[in-house]
Amino acid sequence: MSEKQIFNADEIRRALIRIAHEIAERNEGIRDLILVGIRQRGVPLAARIAAALADSEGQEVPVGQLDITLYRDDLSLRGPAPIVRKTMIQHDITGHTVVLVDDVLYTGRTVRAALDALADLGRPARIQLAVLIDRGHRELPLRADFVGKNMPTSREEKVDVRLRETDQTEDAVIIVHPDS
Amino acid sequence: MSTISAAGFHNRHVLDLDDFSREEIEEVLETTESMKEILAREIKQVPTLRGKTVVNMFFEESTRTRISFELAARALSANVINFTAKGSSVEKGESLLDTVRTLQALGADMIVIRHSQAGAPHFVARNFKGSVINAGDGRHAHPTQALLDLFTIREKLGGLTKLKVVIVGDLLHSRVARSNLWGLTKMGAKVTLCAPPTLLGPSQFWQATWPNVELSYNLDTALKGADVIMALRLQKERQLTGLLPSLREYQTFFAITMERLALAKKDVLVLHPGPMNEGVEIMPEVINSKHSLIEAQVTNGVAVRMALLYRLVNAGQPA
Repeated sequence: MSEKQIFNADEIRRALIRIAHEIAERNEGIRDLILVGIRQRGVPLAARIAAALADSEGQEVPVGQLDITLYRDDLSLRGPAPIVRKTMIQHDITGHTVVLVDDVLYTGRTVRAALDALADLGRPARIQLAVLIDRGHRELPLRADFVGKNMPTSREEKVDVRLRETDQTEDAVIIVHPDS
Repeated sequence: MSTISAAGFHNRHVLDLDDFSREEIEEVLETTESMKEILAREIKQVPTLRGKTVVNMFFEESTRTRISFELAARALSANVINFTAKGSSVEKGESLLDTVRTLQALGADMIVIRHSQAGAPHFVARNFKGSVINAGDGRHAHPTQALLDLFTIREKLGGLTKLKVVIVGDLLHSRVARSNLWGLTKMGAKVTLCAPPTLLGPSQFWQATWPNVELSYNLDTALKGADVIMALRLQKERQLTGLLPSLREYQTFFAITMERLALAKKDVLVLHPGPMNEGVEIMPEVINSKHSLIEAQVTNGVAVRMALLYRLVNAGQPA
């Protein structure tokens, strides 16, 4: 197995600040905005984007956490049932602009599940998608609105996002190649 | 016996808590919290069990357990079939085995079973390709009740370790007490069983399985330092079989009254699995007091059963 780092802590920080600016620009401010992080690593990323927005716009943006386990389309294909974590979105999402945040966009199935989950919680005015890495290989007609980095990969590779909040290590994005 | 390995069999069914590890119990309790959030939503439904069929097989009467399982299965979008012995081919003499085979042929994925015979759920589990959840069998086990009790206590007190729990009432006939003993002791609680000698039975009967359990015939002394009291239903028909001189005498010495709560810790919590005989094993003032978790137990029951149904979502698939 070999590893290649494609993002270091500084690059991740800058990418998230840029995404925050793009979100504010696209939505002409941050009124009616709610950030929703998809568990696990979307949650700290959403919190960081919210902090960047608070810095630049001088206003707090509500942040929620979404667990999509119960909406997966592959539950019966997996091994033992994965742990279901709590969905916590204090704010009513109806009529608001929801920005979904996740670490890696790959097949698009997680986002599909997240869209279903959001629909059960209310009717947002619009939903946008922000991801740190877009690695391609979509299996569904979806795209991200805000991307930290486009990173072409092969399906055999694994994209590993490590964050200090979830992984107790310095921030990094690493591509892991299986040895051929 | 079946060819399924012990571990596989255990992961495929919920028959009692004896084969659950502490970690597995904790996992169920954590999942229950997530399920509770779903039940607080306006749309109380997620698509997880879409297309799966859950059969509620109740050979014994039940209100809360059956409705609770039905709500839980529906909240996960399963198809729910309610089967009661009355009005079925059981009345024509169809055996349990034939009934299970019929349900299997009709495409049932999970069976929730309550039966007056201890071991009936195990028997069904050995003869059914899907998953089985025990909703109460004879005097043996009632694991979903125990898990909802554990969840309700933990939710209120933050944990179970080192809590003193007094279970009082008809222990001899209680499946709720037995499953709770497994659950509570695995989670590190200290359990005292309290009943008149005729309803408690010999001490080795308990201590052979749960060596650290304490036994008492005196509720007033047993309640000292108690964090939690679990009252059990006094099955009124027991008086007829000579186990009790009178309900009045039982009430005098073993009923949970406000005066007795004062003997326990100040914020002692009271649980009861229901149905209750108000004025016999528990007084109405206690039920309506701030000590009572009885309504929370019923509410939490749905979330616990969702967590268990979810746990078995893949279990029917051969590995």
